[in-house]
Amino acid sequence: MDQKELREIENRCIQEEPAWCMAECPLHVDVRLFLKKMAEGKWDAARKVLDKTMPFPGILGRICDHPCEKKCKRGEVDAPVAISELERACVTFTASLKKVMLLPDRGKRVAVIGSGLSSLTAAWDLIRKGYGVAIFEPGSYLGGSLWNLPHDLLPKQIIGDETALLQNTGVRINLKAAITPERFEEMYADFDAVYIGQDNEIACDFGLAQTPSGRIRTDDVTRAASRKGVFAGGIPEDGSTRPSPVLNAAQGRWAATSADRYIQNVSMTAARPHEGPMKTRLYTDITGIPPLPRTPVSDPEEGYDKEAAIGEAGRCLQCECMECVKACPYLEHYKSYPKSYARQIYNNLSIVKGDRKANTLINSCSLCRLCETVCPESFSMADLCHNARQEMVRVGKMPPSAHEFALLDMAFSNSDKCALARHAPGESGSAWLFFPGCQLSGSAPGHVTQSYSYLREKLGNRVGLMLGCCGAPAHWGGDAKRADAVTAQLKAQWTKMGHPRPVLACSSCMEMFRKFLPEADPVSLWEIMAREGLPETALNARAGASAVAVIDPCTARHDTGVQESVRHILRETGFSVAELDHSREMTECCGFGGLMANANPDMAREVIRRRAGQSPLDYVAYCAVCRDHLATTGKRTAHLLDYIWPDEAGPDPAERKNPGYSLRHENRARLREKLLSELWGEKTEETDACEKIVLHISDEVRDRLEDRRILTGDIQKVLFHVQNGGAHFKNPKTGHWLAVHRPLNVTFWVEYAPSGQGFEIYNAYCHRMIIVEEGK
Amino acid sequence: MSQMKISPETVDWECATCGRALELSKVHVAYLESRFTVELLRCPDCGLVYIPEELANGKMAEVERILEDK
Ligand code: SF4
Ligand code: SF4
Ligand code: SF4
Ligand SMILES: [Zn+2]
Repeated sequence: MDQKELREIENRCIQEEPAWCMAECPLHVDVRLFLKKMAEGKWDAARKVLDKTMPFPGILGRICDHPCEKKCKRGEVDAPVAISELERACVTFTASLKKVMLLPDRGKRVAVIGSGLSSLTAAWDLIRKGYGVAIFEPGSYLGGSLWNLPHDLLPKQIIGDETALLQNTGVRINLKAAITPERFEEMYADFDAVYIGQDNEIACDFGLAQTPSGRIRTDDVTRAASRKGVFAGGIPEDGSTRPSPVLNAAQGRWAATSADRYIQNVSMTAARPHEGPMKTRLYTDITGIPPLPRTPVSDPEEGYDKEAAIGEAGRCLQCECMECVKACPYLEHYKSYPKSYARQIYNNLSIVKGDRKANTLINSCSLCRLCETVCPESFSMADLCHNARQEMVRVGKMPPSAHEFALLDMAFSNSDKCALARHAPGESGSAWLFFPGCQLSGSAPGHVTQSYSYLREKLGNRVGLMLGCCGAPAHWGGDAKRADAVTAQLKAQWTKMGHPRPVLACSSCMEMFRKFLPEADPVSLWEIMAREGLPETALNARAGASAVAVIDPCTARHDTGVQESVRHILRETGFSVAELDHSREMTECCGFGGLMANANPDMAREVIRRRAGQSPLDYVAYCAVCRDHLATTGKRTAHLLDYIWPDEAGPDPAERKNPGYSLRHENRARLREKLLSELWGEKTEETDACEKIVLHISDEVRDRLEDRRILTGDIQKVLFHVQNGGAHFKNPKTGHWLAVHRPLNVTFWVEYAPSGQGFEIYNAYCHRMIIVEEGK
Repeated sequence: MSQMKISPETVDWECATCGRALELSKVHVAYLESRFTVELLRCPDCGLVYIPEELANGKMAEVERILEDK
């Protein structure tokens, strides 16, 4: 990722776009923050927000014509927030806390003609930028027509106070100044720039180009008039005759910016897209927001009292997007949103030395793509994290512990112990190829055997079988090399078998096959079943069937064909199908996707716990991993195939335990052996000496091993090592033994005692750190 | 890594090969590109090092994690 790509990615997330009120305000007052402080009753903090952006808040806060309100999002629910009344309340109940900071004197001077809001603002901005400012006002006081406003709206005292502030900063004020063409020429000669405020009528021909309505013609943004160094403002928008106080102030501000740039001889037009009312790309969901009528003003003349103001400010929706964060516990966990995650990830990738704080952030995403489905701009956190993982693997900075366990699991599934590719018994070619996937084989091997004979019966005998893993774990972990190796191998097998059409039982396999073998046109087992009809056993399950909620796996999010087929099968089987709030396109990941469960087990547990609580009904999953993960929470969850071949599932399929990692391995290896001997009549080679070692493990220890990701196969290796002279300890008090062995990248410690033909296992633990032998 | 301390009194394991009680001694451990020296129990004869469960699951796991994030 380079800076430019980062910028593009960041730009996709619109969470930081201005709220509608702020976008529409010509001065871009941060109305949302102002209202937040108001709603909290933090009056001074609210005032600070106004002071930061508004010139003369005491005046403008009372008389602003509030164009913001007509765009306020709350207006789409009921009525806009009374922003203007609230600004009035704020400036009424607080004193300005403004500390005037002047930049050092630049030795340049600007003349400001008139003293309406636009002129006052231009003068205020320029003096703070370090210019000498002189105001030339034809009348005998500052403020012009502001004095004509009703006293209730704008007390005279306030006009005096606010303009006095200007005097205190050192602006030179010339009242009763004669504004004539000759005097203007003198100013033009004496000053570095001139601003002409037309808020109030000035009877003088400045000799500048004019509009048909007799105003000085200016550029809309820069406010530059036809003569260099002359700027003008305080003019109603073309077509409007009513002066807008906030627009006048804004025009004075833009002119001050231009005069500053003009004097410094830099571009007046560069980088000014945000001046004036602007469009915002923000998205805020308002469904389900209850209407709440606008709070009436306590007294038409005085406006809101404090309590009413706090109540009205509370109507503000605090507009923001956060659609994805609301939907994804992972995004929520890191307390920010994708735009800022993109930067954190970029920084993480750019670090040469120092802590990579975002490693876990990058590796915890389940790549489930719910975010991009709910995001109005289709921001894909999945792509962001996946690309980052690939880059980390490429440069050798992927923490080994993040995915190693899953990668070893994949390697085991694709080893000679578990993998298999055959034409159907007695056939020399295949039209179809059943690929059940490593997870179904590990979780419910009986279902694989049944599905395979079902397919041969329905599709004619020419259905080949391939056992193995599709490579998804390597792909998810960002290990492109390993993933490519697996898929290349699968593709070669498929070619060798004569391009049979794959039938898949797992949506993750489907995603992978569609990516690396689209020409094979893979089809799901569910679509075949919905089309070809269910076996007798499924139909027998009808008795006693009731309502169930379907769990769509995240990898089938957009697979409507599969979703429909599954629901059809369930209804055929006699169930009535209930939909969770998060199903089909909006489905949630079970916490295994993207290897979340490997990189961040705590988060995966939290995710699945949330999922389990979404309905009191029994769940039915059609992904073996979703099924097993839900089972670990105690949530009653069956696999769809449990109802199709109930005999394989035990008395209550919804209570079937998660087989765990060790049993998964064993199931896969045994499945291969069983199929080879039952279908193809082949005797398998002797099991490894290791595997003959008999273990006795209590349930409690078994759970602990499961938590620590220690397989019984690992323990057998350690004991085999001891039997062949490996080092170990003994404890004379307990009579236990403690063996240590490092078969690969992890050192295992096993506490045991011989028992009968085998060993009783009391404990096992592991670490990755290496003890360096003396002299090495 | 200095917190990887253990108190020898509570350890009953002895080396099965040499039959000796374990003694505290300086041991080098390594992970990824980092190396540390720690005091651990080992067999005074054959040098076999003992890592207790609390150390493997506690401080060691923590340090592994920190190093992986470097
Ligand atoms: S949904 Fe998320 S990523 Fe998309 S714009 Fe909103 S906050 Fe940003
Ligand atoms: S609801 Fe609040 S944040 Fe949203 S547009 Fe209105 S004032 Fe602004
Ligand atoms: S877990 Fe899913 S929804 Fe959340 S960020 Fe990752 S891909 Fe998006
Ligand atoms: Zn020894």
